[in-house]
Amino acid sequence: MIIEVRDVKKSFGALPVLQGVTFSVEKGEALTIIGASGGGKSVLLKHLIGLLTPDAGEVRVGGVNIAGLNERELLPVRRQFGMLFQGAALFDSLNVEENIGFILNRERRVSPGEIAHRVEEVLEVVGLSGTEKKRPAELSGGMRKRVGLARAIIYHPDILLYDEPTTGLDPVAADAIDHLIIRVVQKFKVTSIAVTHDMRSARRIGRRILMLHEGRIYADQTPEALFKSSDPVIYRFVNGIADPQEELNV
Amino acid sequence: MTSSAKQFAFEWFEGLGRGALLCREIFHSIFKIKPVWHDVVYQMYSIGVKSQSVVTITGAFTGMVLCAQTYLEFHKVKMDTATLAVVSVGMVSQLGPVLTSLMVAGRVGASIAAELGTMRVTEQIDALRTLATHPVDYLVVPRFLAMLLVMPLLTAGSVCVGIFAAFVVGACLLGINPTYLWYNMLHYTNMNDVMTGMVKTFVFGAIIAVVACDKGLNCPQGAEGVGRATTEAVVYSSITILISNFFLTLVLNRLLT
Repeated sequence: MIIEVRDVKKSFGALPVLQGVTFSVEKGEALTIIGASGGGKSVLLKHLIGLLTPDAGEVRVGGVNIAGLNERELLPVRRQFGMLFQGAALFDSLNVEENIGFILNRERRVSPGEIAHRVEEVLEVVGLSGTEKKRPAELSGGMRKRVGLARAIIYHPDILLYDEPTTGLDPVAADAIDHLIIRVVQKFKVTSIAVTHDMRSARRIGRRILMLHEGRIYADQTPEALFKSSDPVIYRFVNGIADPQEELNV
Repeated sequence: MTSSAKQFAFEWFEGLGRGALLCREIFHSIFKIKPVWHDVVYQMYSIGVKSQSVVTITGAFTGMVLCAQTYLEFHKVKMDTATLAVVSVGMVSQLGPVLTSLMVAGRVGASIAAELGTMRVTEQIDALRTLATHPVDYLVVPRFLAMLLVMPLLTAGSVCVGIFAAFVVGACLLGINPTYLWYNMLHYTNMNDVMTGMVKTFVFGAIIAVVACDKGLNCPQGAEGVGRATTEAVVYSSITILISNFFLTLVLNRLLT
């Protein structure tokens, strides 16, 4: 068990977001978390890497409960993770090469030549060779996400987290990102956890899907079982039906 | 006490507590983790070199106006030649450090808060954390060290230009004897005044860096949040500088005399 989440609760002010979330992730698993917008998916993802601390419950990474660790104690734990943010979160002041090689440059364990070589290698994996000197502002949304992914995989983490990887992209760019995620998981043999409300993407990149509903895990199934489910909550969500009555009339 | 005054006081004390925790983290980072000097030098350029013109102009005109005003009063009691001594002591121990710090708080404090605030709302600070980098090590420490190193230099430059500008105004424009003017300035400005001014610049530099970084790192979401953090960084650091200047003056006078 690489990640174990036990009865995690989180509120922002008077608003409860997570109300007792429990699940675990095996090493090498490809998991997708789906749920309504504002339902706490990103909040849950941020708990896994210690960006947020739960009000109650435990988050165990490799057997260590990270909920009680301070920011400095979390640094080595986070070294096991790579994360792709919704807006890519590239550093504006650095070019593509510096963004991707950021962690290696900071750690100074690898020579500058080796860093340049590894940057070139991951840029090839994400299909952006030759963009080393470009600034994030010069890149399209899809390219920014690819660079974000390259930055997350350059140091070969054990676990990759994706926060809404296809949000804001056109269908073709979203398809390319889906394929890229699948390719990265296969090539680097990492554990992958993606949060999305894009059902096509969820179906393709996950081998197991968790559905978050009203602050709890409502379903934990394979994509095939989930998309065939007759449960009204799951059915309405995966088919995008706001009002079942209206759907019948149409 | 009105509710807005209460809220202001509450936020000021809350900021003070956060600032204390940030200071602890900064000193931990400086002494336990090696600062990246390349980043410090870059920040010294950004904070120091780019602030030079504004600080020099402030020093020059403050010295000139102080000279003119002091002369108008001293001339009545035939103490014209003491004019530059008053300007010098005032500039070295009070006006130089305070005005330089206020100008730097406006220019650099706002810029730091806006930059870090934007990084926070665009999740760049979270990205840093996921890349196993403590934001204090990468963002705060270089700015803090750069501020400590450049503030005394900026203040010294501002004070020298101010005194020289006052000398030119006194000797050339107001017709005061330049020899006595210069001699009295050297005679009445002692090392304690210089030490007082220099100690203040370190403290004020630290205040600007800590307040601006704190406001940026804890910036509320959205463009409005960044705007608010920027304004607060300037207002809170300026007020803290003015308040601490009073207490520092009392303490340093007691310690150095």
